[in-house]
Amino acid sequence: MNVTSRRFANAVVLHIDGRLDQDTCGAFTSELMKYVDSMAHGGGAVILDLSSLEYVSSAGLRCFMLASRQAKAQSGRIFVAALQPMVKEIFEISHFNLVFQVFPSIREALGAVSAEAAAAFDKG
Amino acid sequence: MRVRFWGTRGSIPVALTASDVRDKLAQALVQASGKTFKSYEEAHAYATAELDFNLTHTFGGHTPCVEIEVPGDEYYVCDMGSGARPLGVHVLARQARKPATVNIFQSHVHWDHIMGFPFFGPAYVPGTKIRIHGCHDQLEHAFRLQQSPPCFPVTWEQLGATIEFVKLVPDKPRQVGTLTVTPHLQLHGGDSYGYRFEQGGKTVIYSTDSEHKLENRAEAEAFAAFFRNADVVIFDAMYALAEAISVKADWGHSSNIVGVELCQMAHAKHLVLFHHEPANNDATLEGLLKEARRFEELTRGDQALKVSAAYDGLEIDL
Repeated sequence: MNVTSRRFANAVVLHIDGRLDQDTCGAFTSELMKYVDSMAHGGGAVILDLSSLEYVSSAGLRCFMLASRQAKAQSGRIFVAALQPMVKEIFEISHFNLVFQVFPSIREALGAVSAEAAAAFDKG
Repeated sequence: MRVRFWGTRGSIPVALTASDVRDKLAQALVQASGKTFKSYEEAHAYATAELDFNLTHTFGGHTPCVEIEVPGDEYYVCDMGSGARPLGVHVLARQARKPATVNIFQSHVHWDHIMGFPFFGPAYVPGTKIRIHGCHDQLEHAFRLQQSPPCFPVTWEQLGATIEFVKLVPDKPRQVGTLTVTPHLQLHGGDSYGYRFEQGGKTVIYSTDSEHKLENRAEAEAFAAFFRNADVVIFDAMYALAEAISVKADWGHSSNIVGVELCQMAHAKHLVLFHHEPANNDATLEGLLKEARRFEELTRGDQALKVSAAYDGLEIDL
């Protein structure tokens, strides 16, 4: 599993590539928490770009839950976007779509964060 | 071997209300609109084949009590929740005045798992032998306590049966009648124990009131080993996953999704969702079942896992 980041004004988009399960969730959580901490302090948001996430297990979903709790505790925000059909269905089956704000695209998620973040994305 | 479910609800018994019954009936009438039935049998066949389970059934309301029926004269029962009352009626009818021998296996002694014992008819029949097995030190204390004044009018000493308490050792197989029984420690307030029952090449797992910490690979592997190749796994699926690991984390229960994952790891054949949340109605429980089945399809490896939801009255033949 691989994580890359891009900054758009007060939002950071984390692109997650591969499978998120019990084997990969430990390293992923450590990485994710760094971004949650840094963005929350600036009043910003973390957007999880799941367009290249092939599979997420219950252990992987727990990573998202931990990050969400951490973000809320620090008055930060965390959104998920661009889910592949299988991952989208797993979100629904596990009722994570009731816990997270899920957006069809990165652009729409950035728009929910701020006009500046959306504008920065549009500039490319 | 046959598994018979007498109580499947968690925490506290629930019952359908008059409003629930009317709602089911009204929905069934809408679905059957325009159809005519010449007989009760024709209508019954239509209801069985065409209507959703949650309209024609209820998942039931008794707290945990599961019978494992094997050839022989003795009875084998997991937990003494309120389902022990109808089980007692069944035992008395089947015995036709002949005293029974009943082997009980307690996951733990929280109230929902012992509350049926004062209403278990065979306990009042002289000559009946009841052996209550478990790993908890306070097993006997808990059973006696709930039949002490002012909680219940009939004291322990007034019971007619000969009652023995048998301490089991976790992870140590023990022969009880014709079954080989292995208890396994589970994460739950005050501890709980799952049981692996083996006989004649068939295996049933009873694993309720058990939370699984998803970050702990060793724990998952230990449970997969405990469930290994089981024919039936009766599993605590009280919540949806998001609920189980957020607002209800550390409440000592698990989810339908984790049940599928552990059974897949274990190459088990049939997962039975159990210990239903009392706040969930039949439609919600059917939804959780459908979601578990779909998750199994999405994540299936080389072996399909059958997924069912337990209801009071369900029988599974192995």
